[in-house]
Amino acid sequence: MFFYYVRLAALSYKRNPILSTLMVLAVAIGIGAYMVVFTLNYTMGGDPIPHKSAQLFHVQLDNGDPDRENDPPDQLTYIDAMALQEAGRAFRQTASSKLSVIVEPTNPEIRPFSVIGRGAFADFFPMFDVPFLYGQGWNAEADENIEQVVVLSRETNERLFGGANSVGETVVLAGMNFQVTGVLDYWDPVPKFYDVNNGPFDSGEALYIPWHHTVQSDLPRTGNTNCWKPLEGTGQEAFLNSECVWIQYWVELRSRAEEEDYLSFLNAYTNEQRNLGRFQREQNNKLFDVQERMIEQEVLPDETRILSVLAAMLLAVCLLNTIGLLLAKFLGKSAEIGARQALGAHKGSLFVQHVIEAGFIGLLGGLIGLVLAYFGLEGIKILIGDQITVSDWVHLDVPVVLVTITLAIGCTIVAGLYPIWRACNINPAIHLKTQ
Amino acid sequence: MEIGPIVRALLRNKLGAVLIAAQIAFTMTVIINAVFIINERSRLMARPSGLDEANIFHVVNIGYGENYREDIVIEDDLAMLRQMPGVRSASSINAIPVSGGGSSTGIRATDDPDTASTPTAIYRADEQIFETLGLNLIAGEYFRAADMRIRSEPGETLADKAVVSAALAEELFPDLSVNEVVGRTAWLPGVVPIQIVGVVERLQAAWPNASFVENSIVVPELYIDTFTRYIVRAEPGRRDSLMAEVEEMLASRPVDRVIRDMESLEQTRESSYRIDSAMSTILSIVIVTLIFINSMGIVGLAVFSINRRRKQIGTRRALGATRPAILRYFMLENFFITSIGVVIGAVLTIALSIVLTTNFNMPTMAWYYTPIGAVLLVLIGQLAALGPSTRAAAIEPAIATRSV
Repeated sequence: MFFYYVRLAALSYKRNPILSTLMVLAVAIGIGAYMVVFTLNYTMGGDPIPHKSAQLFHVQLDNGDPDRENDPPDQLTYIDAMALQEAGRAFRQTASSKLSVIVEPTNPEIRPFSVIGRGAFADFFPMFDVPFLYGQGWNAEADENIEQVVVLSRETNERLFGGANSVGETVVLAGMNFQVTGVLDYWDPVPKFYDVNNGPFDSGEALYIPWHHTVQSDLPRTGNTNCWKPLEGTGQEAFLNSECVWIQYWVELRSRAEEEDYLSFLNAYTNEQRNLGRFQREQNNKLFDVQERMIEQEVLPDETRILSVLAAMLLAVCLLNTIGLLLAKFLGKSAEIGARQALGAHKGSLFVQHVIEAGFIGLLGGLIGLVLAYFGLEGIKILIGDQITVSDWVHLDVPVVLVTITLAIGCTIVAGLYPIWRACNINPAIHLKTQ
Repeated sequence: MEIGPIVRALLRNKLGAVLIAAQIAFTMTVIINAVFIINERSRLMARPSGLDEANIFHVVNIGYGENYREDIVIEDDLAMLRQMPGVRSASSINAIPVSGGGSSTGIRATDDPDTASTPTAIYRADEQIFETLGLNLIAGEYFRAADMRIRSEPGETLADKAVVSAALAEELFPDLSVNEVVGRTAWLPGVVPIQIVGVVERLQAAWPNASFVENSIVVPELYIDTFTRYIVRAEPGRRDSLMAEVEEMLASRPVDRVIRDMESLEQTRESSYRIDSAMSTILSIVIVTLIFINSMGIVGLAVFSINRRRKQIGTRRALGATRPAILRYFMLENFFITSIGVVIGAVLTIALSIVLTTNFNMPTMAWYYTPIGAVLLVLIGQLAALGPSTRAAAIEPAIATRSV
C-alpha cells in the first residue's frame, strides 16, 4: 500500500505541477535557511571535546581591581600560574600562552618567517587529546630543564619538511636550535576552547614549545594582556611581578571530589596571597568545565543568535504558506476523494494517503533544502572570508543531513494535518453529484 | 461599497484569510527588524575614522637574530621610506586605527587615582604621524620632534605631551571648549601627567565595536623593539604601486627580518567590518526571499479562492456587476486580510525589536520603521493580488449558466 500511495502522491504532483512546485519551494527555502543557521550554531556552539568536556576545567582567580565590581579575570598572572603549576595538585595541569616567534628554516631556499606559537606544559597534549601524526609531546623533565624541544603543527611540518616525518630534526626558533619531538595531525577544535579570549574561531598555533622559554628568552607575547594596576618599575621583572593577566590555565580533574578538592586548594591559595596584600576582593575563584566556560564566554556571536530567531520565523512563514497551498490542493481534488470514498476507501486509508502525499512534498522540499543549505553555507564562507580562520569549519555532516530531511518531512506533515483532516471529511455525495 | 458582503464571505472561509494574515504578520516582523539591523550596521560602517584612508597603507617589520639593531633599523627604514618618490609621509605607530588590534588605557582629568577614568585608545607614534594619518587639527598644535621619548621596555608612559581627539577632550573636560582644553593636563595610569597640546577633529580607536571608539590620544613615544609597524601615506593614486615598492625596498635591505601584513587601510577597514557587511548581505537575501514567498502564498491562495468562486463571480456579472466592481471586490478583500496581518505584525515587530534591544546590545528602533513597513506590506499585498483579481474580473457572465 505504501508504494501505491507514493505513486498516487507522484501522480498528484504531476496533475498540479505549479501548486506542487510552489509548495516544494516554500518547504525548501524555509528548511534550507533554517539549516544554514542550525549548522552555524551546531558547529560554533558545539562541544569541542565531547568525551572529556566535563573533566577539563578552566581556572580563574579573582585578582581584579578592588575598586571595581567586575567578573574575575579570564587569565592568570605569572605569579599565580607558576604557583599552581609548581603545586601540581590536579591530575593534569597546564599553563599556556601565545607567543610570536621567527622560524629560520635550515633550507636556505625558504625565507625566514614569523609564526604564532604556544608555550605550554607537557600535560597540554594528553589533557586535550591532541592527535599526533608523528612522534609525541615532550615530558615533564623537558619542562623542568627548559629543553629546546618543539612540537610542530601539520601545516608547519608541511612548510618546513614537506610533510616528512621530522621527529629528531632541528628547527631554528628565535635564533635557538629546537629539536622536533612530534608533529600534530589536523587539530582545530571549534570553538578553540582552550583559548577563547584570543579568538574562539581562530585556527591552532603553528608550533608548541615548553612554556618556560616564554620567560627565559623573553619571547614576544601575542595574546590578550590585561593590567588593571600600573607596573611597579620597568622591564620584564616588573611585568612578571605585576597583576597583569595573560596566561590561560587548565586542569584535568577526574571526579566531583577532585573538583571540590581543587577549588578549595585554589581558595586556600588566594587566601594565603590575600594575607600578603594581593586578592583584595571577595573570594570569587571560578572553576568552569568546557561547556560552562563556552556559555559563560558567550562564544556564539550575536549575529548567529539573531539569525536563529529570524530563520525560525522564516520557516514559520514557509510552513504557513504550505498549509494554505496544501489546503488548496487537497480541496481542489475533492471530486477524486469523493470517488475513492464512494468506491469504499474509509477515512483511515484516506488519512494515510494524504499524510504520505504531504510527506512526499516534504521529502522533495528537504532534498532541495539541503542543496540550498549547502550553497548558503558556501556563500557565508565567502562573505566571512578570513574573519574566521578555522579551515573547513562548517560543513553539512550526517547528523545535519538527517535532521534536515526529518525536519522537512515532519514539518510538512504537521502543516498538512488540518488540510488532511478537511480532505478526509468532505461529503462524497456533493462531489459525486457534480460529476 | 461591498464591505458587508466581503466581510461575511471572509467569515465563511476564515482559514485562508488567517493563514495569509499570519504570514504577513511574521514577514513584516522579520523584514522590519532586518532592515533596521542593516541600517544600523551601515551607519556603523559609514563612520569616518578621521584618516585619509584612500592613500594609507601599513606593514609590520619583525627583526631577529644577534645582529638585529632595532634602533638603527627603524631610523634608517623611516628615512628611506620618506625619500621614496610618491611617499607623502611615513611614520612608526604602535597600532592601526580601525584594525581591531591596539592598545587602550584609562585617562583622568585630575591627579586623584580614585576617581573614575575615561577609557581611550592610546597611539604611540613619531611627530610626523599627523601628516601621515591626514588628521584635521582644530585647536592648539601638534607635538614636535623634540618632544619624542624613546623606550625599550614596558612601563609607564614617558611622554609628557599629547594630542587628543575632540571626543576625548569633550569627555574629559565637558565644560571647556576645545581651545580651552589646549594646555590642560590630564593623567595617565600611575599618575603620569600629560599636557594636551592639540585637539584633532576625529581619530577613531582601533576597535570599531568599542563603546569609546571616538576616544583617542596620541603620545610622542617610540617603543624600540624587534616588532615595528610602519604606516605610509602615498601621494594620491600612488598607493598600490608604492605598496609593492616598499615591500621590495624593505626586503632588499641587508637586515635579518620578516616583513609581513602589508595592507592598505581600505583592506583593513573591509576586514574589520567583514562580519557587519556579511550580516547585511544575509539579511537582504532573507528579505527578498520572504517577500517572494509571501507573494507566492498570496497569489496561490487567491487563485484557489477565485477558482472556487467562479460560478458566483459569473452570477454577479450576469446580475450587472461591472469588471471594475469584481476587481475592486478582490482587491478590497486582500486589503482587509493584509491590514489584519500588519496590525498583528506591528505588535510582533515591536516585541521582537524589544527582545533584540535587551539581549543584543542594539539601539532602540526609530518609531517610523513600523508604520512605513506596514504601508509597504499592504502595497506588496495589493500588487500580489492584482494578477488573480484581474483574472477574476475577466470571468464571463455566461459561466453562470454552465454547470461547473
